[in-house]
Amino acid sequence: MKITKSQNGNNLTVALEGRLDTNTAPELESVLKNSLDGITELTIDMTALDYLSSAGLRILLGAQKTMNKQGSMKVANVNDTIMEIFEVTGFADILTVV
Amino acid sequence: MKELTIDATVENIVAVTSFVEAELEALDCPMKAQMQIAVAIDELFGNIAHYAYNPDVGPATVRVEVMESPLAVVITFIDNGVQYDPLARQDPDTALSAEEREIGGLGIYMVKKSMDEITYTYKDGQNILQIRKNI
Repeated sequence: MKITKSQNGNNLTVALEGRLDTNTAPELESVLKNSLDGITELTIDMTALDYLSSAGLRILLGAQKTMNKQGSMKVANVNDTIMEIFEVTGFADILTVV
Repeated sequence: MKELTIDATVENIVAVTSFVEAELEALDCPMKAQMQIAVAIDELFGNIAHYAYNPDVGPATVRVEVMESPLAVVITFIDNGVQYDPLARQDPDTALSAEEREIGGLGIYMVKKSMDEITYTYKDGQNILQIRKNI
């Protein structure tokens, strides 16, 4: 998986490319852990993400909880497969999917 | 039928996925079904890697079969680790808020929802978990 960060003031966009699964989720967890200080708007851009498994959902849930305390979080540009995963798991209600 | 026997480690999920995907590509399997199957492999082989032989490492066998009328892929995961029926687990409550949510059980739940059939058998000391996806 490729992770690209772009920051503009307190806004951070994290773009994901490839697969967010058991092997790659720790990379995203580590990037987010080190990047969210002072961030009030976080966008996870999934334009180039193929799919995610429950390991990825765990990281998104952690990020959402952090951002609930300090600002807001959006998940952008999800494909059909990922949207279905969000709907089946109830994550469509937890996350702000735009 | 094709079969791969490999150490059940998290690192080997990639090798198992590639092995199965090579078979799916030969079938012209639609991309969405391929991705759902890849998620299922991550969850199921990942479970074996984490729990079957913990803290040791042991082998798992992944078998891919193609069925006709209706066209379907059947993937079987076999290990001889600790007896564990993932289907016995209660489905997670998907209506809870972010603060109340737990991730445990979500993986197998996603697999149940995206596959056409899932069965678990314990026989001769082996956990045998089989998924079928119509394509």
